[in-house]
Amino acid sequence: MSQEILLMKGNEAIAHAAIRYGVDGYFGYPITPQSEIIETLMDAAPWKTTGMVVLQAESEIASINMVYGGASCGKYVMTSSSSPGMSLMQEGISYLAGSELPCLLVNVQRGGPGLGTIQPSQADYFQTVKGGGHGDYRLITLAPNSVQEMADFVALGFELAFKYRNPAMILTDGVIGQMMEKVRLPEYRRRRTEQEIRQQCPWATLGKTPDREPNIITSLELDPEIEEQNNIRFQNKYREVEKNEVRYEEIMCDDADYIFVAFGSASRICQRAIDLAREEGYKVGMIRPITLWPYPYDIINRYADKVKGFLTVEMNAGQMVEDVRLGVNGKTKVEYYGRMGGIVPGPDEVLVALKEKIINA
Amino acid sequence: MLQEIVISGFGGQGVLSMGKILAYSGIMEDKEVSWMPAYGPEQRGGTANVTVIIADQPISSPIVSQFDVAIVLNQPSLDKFEDKVKPGGILIYDGYGIHHPPTRKDINVYKIDAMDESMKMSNTKVFNMIVLGGLLKVLPIVKLENVMKGLKKSLPERYHNTLPLNEEAILRGMEIIQLERKAE
Repeated sequence: MSQEILLMKGNEAIAHAAIRYGVDGYFGYPITPQSEIIETLMDAAPWKTTGMVVLQAESEIASINMVYGGASCGKYVMTSSSSPGMSLMQEGISYLAGSELPCLLVNVQRGGPGLGTIQPSQADYFQTVKGGGHGDYRLITLAPNSVQEMADFVALGFELAFKYRNPAMILTDGVIGQMMEKVRLPEYRRRRTEQEIRQQCPWATLGKTPDREPNIITSLELDPEIEEQNNIRFQNKYREVEKNEVRYEEIMCDDADYIFVAFGSASRICQRAIDLAREEGYKVGMIRPITLWPYPYDIINRYADKVKGFLTVEMNAGQMVEDVRLGVNGKTKVEYYGRMGGIVPGPDEVLVALKEKIINA
Repeated sequence: MLQEIVISGFGGQGVLSMGKILAYSGIMEDKEVSWMPAYGPEQRGGTANVTVIIADQPISSPIVSQFDVAIVLNQPSLDKFEDKVKPGGILIYDGYGIHHPPTRKDINVYKIDAMDESMKMSNTKVFNMIVLGGLLKVLPIVKLENVMKGLKKSLPERYHNTLPLNEEAILRGMEIIQLERKAE
């Protein structure tokens, strides 16, 4: 980690972290509120230094298929977009998952549905963690809540993607993308050589060598018997991810009577609401899922025996609340509070909602 | 220490960059900072605004609904944020183009004629630095030397020859800001 403290936007932090991680290629198409990612990359011109390719494609559909091509070669490749653009990419994401290709996707969400607004939202939760594309697949999903985590999760995303040969997604929103905070960027890493990629990714289609059969990357399988076996392999892999990679943060839960569940920017707002609540004498804590898939059901279930209620706070119509209910499994009260369409709730209105829906209900 | 500040004006007045310089100055003093712009259509024709938080402890929410300080640089901003200053807080406004001055009695109201002053200095670009000077006079959250360091960090090198002019503007702002009404 570099010692230098910088002030930058979350979007800019992702771009710089990608260059420093030794990413081989970025393919994207501009859309608010994430255009700073491609702007920062273009401005930094890493093709002159690390050799990283940065390309503005003709569309989001082209971008995701360029990612498919680069990932097939075992390269570190990524794309980013915001909600409407991410919808366009869903077919490609399903193909990436079906072909077991590692890559990093970034969705800086905005209000929807449709073209919606350009203001922050968390309404793509279902799309991301329940599969926006077709077929039984899962996306490893990371939800940063600070500019520092935007930088850190680039490396984490690639590590998990390559460990499990599966796409990984940073699911963030316009607040974390646009805000500036202090950040320490990771140290520069050299891009891997072709030989290193051949060693680490024996499946990569980098050109056949005489000692092996051709590698084939495809999600097409006409024999349903074989395709079922493929699906069983995927599902076994997903169970491994669920066993090993759940990440979350517990905040002041030890003595809590009430617990917020919130991710990303909503968790920052809830953190303040906790302070306000405790000033008034209410013992409130928070569970912040860092991975949205795999989801931290167990820790929620453990607290379900101890607390008087959970309030999930989301910038959508109540999506993650379904997973919280699965975790709580009927043991105690679970309610939702949120705003939609690009409106960001304030800490005070979150506290009012906690009192109305949980404490005094 | 926790100061939640909103700066609001027309797009192009230097609102966002003033916030950035303030945030950088905070970093120079090892403080925690956050800078959250209201981005998007608001910047075209309406008000551009940014929330800057400077604190000794890690900052929880970058989004707040009430502010310790509101710096408002046009009438729409004044209309939008006067009600959002915490009781006992500070409102700083530029009198230029203001037809309906602030009316609240429970906040400290300061007036700074930075637009007029920048025209006197024949350089309207330093307008936002005059305002920043005014803020630092009434709320010395960061030292001037650290503001200059922050300015140097946030300005591209080709503009570093303007640093003395910016410092002069900050000092002018400190001189011309006036207390209009103390909180009752």
